[in-house]
Amino acid sequence: MAYFGYIFASYLATAVALLGLIGWVVFDLRGRRADLAELEARGVRRRSAAAAEDR
Amino acid sequence: MSESSLSVTRVGDLANPTRFIAFVGRVLPVLAGVTALLFAVGLVMSFLAPEDYQQGATIRIMFVHVPAAWLSMMCYTVMTASAIGTLVWRHPLADVSARAAAPIGAIFTVLALLTGSLWGKPMWGTWWVWDARLTSVFVLLLMYLGLIALNRAMDDPSKSARVSAILILVGFINIPIIKFSVDWWNTLHQPASVVRLDGPTIHASMLYPLLVMALAFTVLFFTLHMAAMRNEILRRRVAALRRQAARGR
Amino acid sequence: MRALLWRDIRIGIRAGGGALIGVLFFLTVVAVVPFGVGPDLNLLSRIGPAILWIGALLAALLGLDRLFQGDREDGTLDLLLMQEHPLALTVLIKCLAHWVVSGLPLVAASPLLGLFMNVEPLAIGATTLTLLVGTPAVTFIGAVGAAVAVALPRGGLLVSILVLPLAIPILVFGVSAAYAAVEDPAPFLPPFLILTAITLLFSVIGPVAAAAALRASTD
Repeated sequence: MAYFGYIFASYLATAVALLGLIGWVVFDLRGRRADLAELEARGVRRRSAAAAEDR
Repeated sequence: MSESSLSVTRVGDLANPTRFIAFVGRVLPVLAGVTALLFAVGLVMSFLAPEDYQQGATIRIMFVHVPAAWLSMMCYTVMTASAIGTLVWRHPLADVSARAAAPIGAIFTVLALLTGSLWGKPMWGTWWVWDARLTSVFVLLLMYLGLIALNRAMDDPSKSARVSAILILVGFINIPIIKFSVDWWNTLHQPASVVRLDGPTIHASMLYPLLVMALAFTVLFFTLHMAAMRNEILRRRVAALRRQAARGR
Repeated sequence: MRALLWRDIRIGIRAGGGALIGVLFFLTVVAVVPFGVGPDLNLLSRIGPAILWIGALLAALLGLDRLFQGDREDGTLDLLLMQEHPLALTVLIKCLAHWVVSGLPLVAASPLLGLFMNVEPLAIGATTLTLLVGTPAVTFIGAVGAAVAVALPRGGLLVSILVLPLAIPILVFGVSAAYAAVEDPAPFLPPFLILTAITLLFSVIGPVAAAAALRASTD
């Protein structure tokens, strides 16, 4: 197939970019959840959540 | 307190970030599945599509290039709608939406330029031409990057929300002027070697794979956008809790 | 309003010689170009108007971050925000004062720099005229960037990054009008009138958006 290299490269670039975006979103979510869990473990919690349990 | 939270439940809108996160948790798996399915179908269709009599096999690059270019523009439109939401209704999620969309839009724009370049090399014989369309998309990329730089420079979202919304709107008003000026500039010194992209009208055997791929890209964008919005909400929550902890609760 | 205009002009002329620095930057940029492209006078006279425009654009951007920063530091900005005049009008006046102090010297310096670039007299006249009409537009649209970045500690570079893409139309029509004056087939008036229209449009968009951004970043 003519120009196989260009076609392959453009599909590869697309795959890398889109998978990169997906990966960024997933790892960002994990990181933030870990942050929240760590804060929770330290006893820092949202005022609204604390108020809801106190009631 | 309890009355106001009840009314939020009754209205059932997604203005409340906690409800939005719950909504995302329900919808996201479905959207991700639809995206995967659309991509599978679209990829198969684009490989089965016949070769173009003029452009040969490189026409297959179109199936990723054109959707990426569409999405680069749609993403800015989404950001503009969010900016209006921030400025007019002061909707709490509008700024989250604009902020989450900017990096995604920038990546789609880079992708459009990159695949366009890979298409241009075999067809035009050069990686880059200062063609009106390429130049406009390049300027769009600069605007995305400027907005991301601004977002990174202002870490307090309560202050930066309206400021960046204004900048997004000014950019949106400017896009037609930029497009017009670039067209003017390009006809002024039109290089001789450029092949016009809008040659023959597209044949149905290529149109359907293109449409499926475009739909796949669009659904993927909304999936990513929602997930990024959830991340942004969580990020702000973490920041707020850190401040709270630093103050000693 | 007139008092504000004179006050800003006086401060601009006095404080730190900001106007002079802008002209010096313009001079330096234009003087550096021959070292990059070579001393070929034909080439220099061909690219001269474009170099003058690019140099003036960069020089105009250089001073933009000072548009509101000084007023913010000494508290004048808060007073301006509390006035009953529409804030957009105040911003427009401040832009005009800023242009008189930093834009007008660039326009005045451009004929001299045009001689250095071996640009023919007609093209020098056209470039100066388009700069006279076009540089206010840079100030107006730059006011948005300056207002957005006013609260940031190091906003100067960010202002240029944010404003340059928006200033591309000014550059395109300014340069093409300047070239149309000397190149025969292209008429001078259409790009020049479009440039004027852009300046007028930006004189509305710029102050209104800058005023909104100032309110948003201070409250």
